[in-house]
Amino acid sequence: MILIKGGTVVDPLKDTVKRLDIVIDGERIKKILPPDKISDTSHFEKVIDATNMIVTPGLVDMHVHLREPGHEYKEDIRSGTLAAVAGGFTDIACMPNTDPVNDSSSVTKFILSRAGEDGFCHVHPIAAISINQEGKRLTEFGDLKRAGAVGVSDDGKSVLNSNLMRRALEYARYHGLTVISHCEDPTLSEGGVMHEGYVSTQIGLPGIPSEAEEIMVARDILLAKLTRCPVHIAHVSTAGSVKLIKMAKEEGIPVTAETAPHYFSLDHTALIEYDTNAKVNPPLRSEKDVEAIKRALRDDIIDVIATDHAPHSPLEKEVEFDKAESGMIGLQTAVPLTLNLVREGFLEITQAIRKLSYGPARILGISEGRIVEGGKANITIIDPNFSYILTEDMIFSKSKNTPFLGKELKGIVRFTIVDGKIRFSSDIKP
Amino acid sequence: MSTFEHKDLLSIKQLSISDIQIILEVANSLKELIHRDIKKVPTLRGKNVTLFFYEPSTRTRTSFEIAAKILSADTVSISASASSMQKGETLLDTVKTLQAMNPDLLVIRHSSSGAPHFIAKNIKASVVNAGDGINEHPTQALLDLFTIKEKKGDIKGLNVAIIGDIAHSRVARSDILALKKMGADVTVSGPPTMMPPDIESLGVNVCYDPYEAVRNKDVVIGLRIQLERQRTFLFPSLREYANFFGINRKMLELTKPDAIIMHPGPMNRGVEIMSDVADSNRSVILDQVTNGVAVRMAILYLLIGSQK
Repeated sequence: MILIKGGTVVDPLKDTVKRLDIVIDGERIKKILPPDKISDTSHFEKVIDATNMIVTPGLVDMHVHLREPGHEYKEDIRSGTLAAVAGGFTDIACMPNTDPVNDSSSVTKFILSRAGEDGFCHVHPIAAISINQEGKRLTEFGDLKRAGAVGVSDDGKSVLNSNLMRRALEYARYHGLTVISHCEDPTLSEGGVMHEGYVSTQIGLPGIPSEAEEIMVARDILLAKLTRCPVHIAHVSTAGSVKLIKMAKEEGIPVTAETAPHYFSLDHTALIEYDTNAKVNPPLRSEKDVEAIKRALRDDIIDVIATDHAPHSPLEKEVEFDKAESGMIGLQTAVPLTLNLVREGFLEITQAIRKLSYGPARILGISEGRIVEGGKANITIIDPNFSYILTEDMIFSKSKNTPFLGKELKGIVRFTIVDGKIRFSSDIKP
Repeated sequence: MSTFEHKDLLSIKQLSISDIQIILEVANSLKELIHRDIKKVPTLRGKNVTLFFYEPSTRTRTSFEIAAKILSADTVSISASASSMQKGETLLDTVKTLQAMNPDLLVIRHSSSGAPHFIAKNIKASVVNAGDGINEHPTQALLDLFTIKEKKGDIKGLNVAIIGDIAHSRVARSDILALKKMGADVTVSGPPTMMPPDIESLGVNVCYDPYEAVRNKDVVIGLRIQLERQRTFLFPSLREYANFFGINRKMLELTKPDAIIMHPGPMNRGVEIMSDVADSNRSVILDQVTNGVAVRMAILYLLIGSQK
């Protein structure tokens, strides 16, 4: 048995923050009780002193690239899930753009079996919407679901054929799969390598207009309206997308949305020195967009914070800017960057944690996303006030591609408990 | 006199007004070397200048090479087609390999914006940007300043129009930055498809009508139109471009009577500039070429010639 003592427990559903002790027995939470009720702790194998720490449901990241199979030199299921637990995540969903693409039950089963052998946390595969993500034929949603996929997405590109997208929404709902849409009109973004705005003009890089994203957000909202089937918009980055999603939600169209920490932490000025680690897709947007994303999180227009953790090796990043691959790692920076929004007063702590746990768990239909008696003991313990400089040796991913390297972060994960087992602990000191 | 303290010349942005003044003064004193019978001084003897051109270039590469040779530097020329890039070597490896041979200065032209900045971070040698993607071409802007100063005396207060594909022109970007820095008033003109977003953030006026744009200007700079831009729908045809935006005789009548016409070359005669304009007595296009050698000598001298 494990006792978590003296921590401040966040319940993202009841919206409460209370000092509570938690008793874990085996895989499950046995008891949640007011502090100091337990005087004799001798029968616990482990007592975690969580004084001055936040105790939250195990965090859920619904947008991760684990790179296995196919690109194991960037990341594999072992290193990716280790980075996940180090970042406080007990559940992650992995995108299908591997090699081969996760477009068949055999690849889904492979990922799950590798996660079973080597994984530090729960892995939930997202399968492709179309065969080989080519946007031509639907994958076998039923078979994929049976194999363990929780959602479908052609992440990395949009499903261009509107009829195929329509049928995907209709068919996915029948099988209980979440459809996650990467919104980008490639004919409008073609050739672009950063946000189109005054910075792209000043530093001479071809731009990607916000509308390349918004056109597809609008289309997918309209398809959700047509089909009455839910759609989840991945990595929202623009003020215009926020407006469209707000409008859709007000009309009762079943749309949910996520953004990534870099879209509320960085803007296009991060690229002035041609830092390829800040090259992501969709690109880092303008200062106004960043403000809009923060407000959208506050107003619950954006439901989820997901990292879009995208490991790339120096082979893809230490090259000419336009040749560099898009993406940054994010599993270990999500918590401190999200806590910044709490410190800035944009989010309540319960709201922040909801977007990192209950929110995505509900959209994917996985885990409780809460701390409840009798529930699975998936718990994250965060030291919110610990400040540190992020260095390469702290990063558990195989790839170190993040513009936050060398930057000061505040807030660190101290313990990550997966099904009652401490899968990560950090005693890093100043 | 203030000093010029830079390892590299990557961008006009990095230069102060005084830096630019120093470059122009040094260029001015070196210019007479070009016209000497014996075109050689020992200033850079024993220094190695490597010319690294990933994109085809005749005038810029030749200009740098002549500048280096007049100053007695040894030059090595590498082009993309002859380099190991063809064998799949990464730019970083190429740069490390070059570094191992300890050059003093690397002149780089590359099709990717920011490539010289990337190289400069990874090499001890001085790096001179000879044009990167659609970003900058700082030595072109400096030779343009030199030419304008030579013809007009002072740059401050001059009215300059730049006409063409502003969005995809590294010459335009460097010229705008340099001219604004030196106190000129700059108007950009061209089809709306070739105007980058928020160009006003660089402090320029935007005037789509080229006839209006050149009115009462002291200097008109034409830009090369790249045919391949047609593919991305920036303009329907060269004919249409020439009809509406080509610099012609009629425009010359709208400028100040003593206005000069400039073009970075190579020209598409009959497209962005009409032959009678290019060959008129108002054209200073060939002076630009000569001044290019002087300005590049100055830059080589200031980066690797002076005692540091």
